[in-house]
Amino acid sequence: MQATTDQTCVIIGASHAGINCAFALRKEGWEGAIIIYDKDPEFPYHRPPLSKAYLTSEAGTEHSLLFPKENYTEDNIQLKLGISVLSIHAEKQIITLSDGSEQRYHKLVLATGARPFIPPIEGIVTAKNVFPMRTATDANNIRQAFNAAPKKRVLIIGGGYIGLETAASLKKLGAEVSVLERESRVLARVTTPEMSAFFTKLHEENGVNILTDKTVTKITPLSEGNLVHCSDNSQYQADVIVVGVGITVNTKLAQSANLILENGIKVSASCQTSNPYIYAIGDCTFHYNMHYQTNIRLESVQNAIDQAKVAAKAICGQTEVIYDSIPWFWSDQFDIKLQIVGLSTDYNNLVIRNEETENSFSMWYFKDDELLAVDAVNFAKAYMLGTRFIKAKQKVDKIKLADTSIPFKPNSFI
Amino acid sequence: MKTITFITSENDIIETQANSGSLMELAVKNKVKGIDGDCGGVCSCATCHVHVNQEFWNAVGGPSALESDMLEFDDNVSDYSRLSCQMQVSEVPDGLVLKVAK
Ligand SMILES: Cc1cc2nc3c(=O)[nH]c(=O)nc-3n(C[C@H](O)[C@H](O)[C@H](O)COP(=O)(O)OP(=O)(O)OC[C@H]3O[C@@H](n4cnc5c(N)ncnc54)[C@H](O)[C@@H]3O)c2cc1C
Ligand code: FES
Repeated sequence: MQATTDQTCVIIGASHAGINCAFALRKEGWEGAIIIYDKDPEFPYHRPPLSKAYLTSEAGTEHSLLFPKENYTEDNIQLKLGISVLSIHAEKQIITLSDGSEQRYHKLVLATGARPFIPPIEGIVTAKNVFPMRTATDANNIRQAFNAAPKKRVLIIGGGYIGLETAASLKKLGAEVSVLERESRVLARVTTPEMSAFFTKLHEENGVNILTDKTVTKITPLSEGNLVHCSDNSQYQADVIVVGVGITVNTKLAQSANLILENGIKVSASCQTSNPYIYAIGDCTFHYNMHYQTNIRLESVQNAIDQAKVAAKAICGQTEVIYDSIPWFWSDQFDIKLQIVGLSTDYNNLVIRNEETENSFSMWYFKDDELLAVDAVNFAKAYMLGTRFIKAKQKVDKIKLADTSIPFKPNSFI
Repeated sequence: MKTITFITSENDIIETQANSGSLMELAVKNKVKGIDGDCGGVCSCATCHVHVNQEFWNAVGGPSALESDMLEFDDNVSDYSRLSCQMQVSEVPDGLVLKVAK
């Protein structure tokens, strides 16, 4: 590795991708300065708990930190929180900052992630107690508004994972919760009809109202709370509204550096952008997945961390580093733990295996005979075995897999 | 304050001290090689797998149902496997020794 002592690596975005990259850079031997900027003033924290344990935990609970504070000092990682990066001057290798200063870089990492998409609903900007769910501040605001509301009527706009998790958490706190979903089923963008049906039933059994084919058109204020109007003329009252209809990738900075964009910031297998001094990692990247041989943008902790490690190696001068991971993801709702491994997008047949315990099953997605992905519901064994099979491109006996009388062991299905 | 020792797969011995938190957090804080804690401690990544030194096994206790499901098909599982994110410093014996799984 060439000496990096006099070089500066600047990282924009101090979340899952950026922070893991900083620590990985030290691990891989980067000797120069590491400076991370984030406009979020909060000390870098885990996002997944925001819609899960954090909402239901007792007031005043701290956010769970990505790394303890001492580690930043020990590894000499300079955290600059509460500062926005305004632009990149790629030819000069300089970024401009919201405090009026500039920072020079030798290597730059864009870990700018995404921001919540706020749909163009009339009145949404001026309505009170309408929140996205992305940052620690969002979660705190939701908690505060919820605690302050005399009636606990909550409307979730958007039945994706974040919306459903938030619904489950607030329900646990005693709210009256409805989910308004534009599509004809929840989780339409991310999972199969079978899984959507399972989660709809789960929420309904727990007293959450799941309302599909609902396009919200307008929010108007009431003396207490808001009135939410839908295109089918239905109306709902709500004290707290959480908007979870998806995200917009933060690409403004990438644009200012003239990087190639394609459904996100386009990166190579080593997370390099179209500019050799600039890397991009995490939710903001459009990248190639080796296993599935497809270009994809992923919103997950796994992708953020694995790309962070790959970029760190490449920045430290290691050659032939390749991002080659099988995606994984999880979601917690009520007493259900969903664990997903793989990408089911191209599946054309499905095996469902129900276990004896209630609400414990797994869905195995195949393209012809190739296992693509596994969704495991309260059944981590399937998640782990699925991971192993997918990695090894193992041929699986579908008939035996579906037969619950056959014990769940690796050798049973191969 | 408890003393907890991690032995990495390269046989580096890392002695740590703590009062609270999970053993995964403790390992990450002390840069114990082989413990990544990628999922943040929610039993979803198995990147925090350790083998409990046999003499401590009874005092530490076995894994929960979810945890043992995560471990069962791990290539390096042993009779003394645990996920360190599911072990709390406050609940394990002082002087505990753990070997990081490969
Ligand atoms: C509520 C919630 C629950 C989730 N649950 C799960 C889960 O269970 N499992 C899972 O795998 N994933 C989950 N995710 C997704 C996961 O959190 C994201 O995939 C992950 O945070 C992506 O990390 P990132 O670093 O790429 O981007 P982000 O986390 O979006 O971070 C980007 C950072 O860049 C900063 N930034 C952007 N532009 C600028 C600028 N110009 N100047 C300064 N700073 C800037 C932003 O402030 C932000 O902090 C969840 C997400 C949310 C919001
Ligand atoms: S940290 Fe992920 S399973 Fe322990």
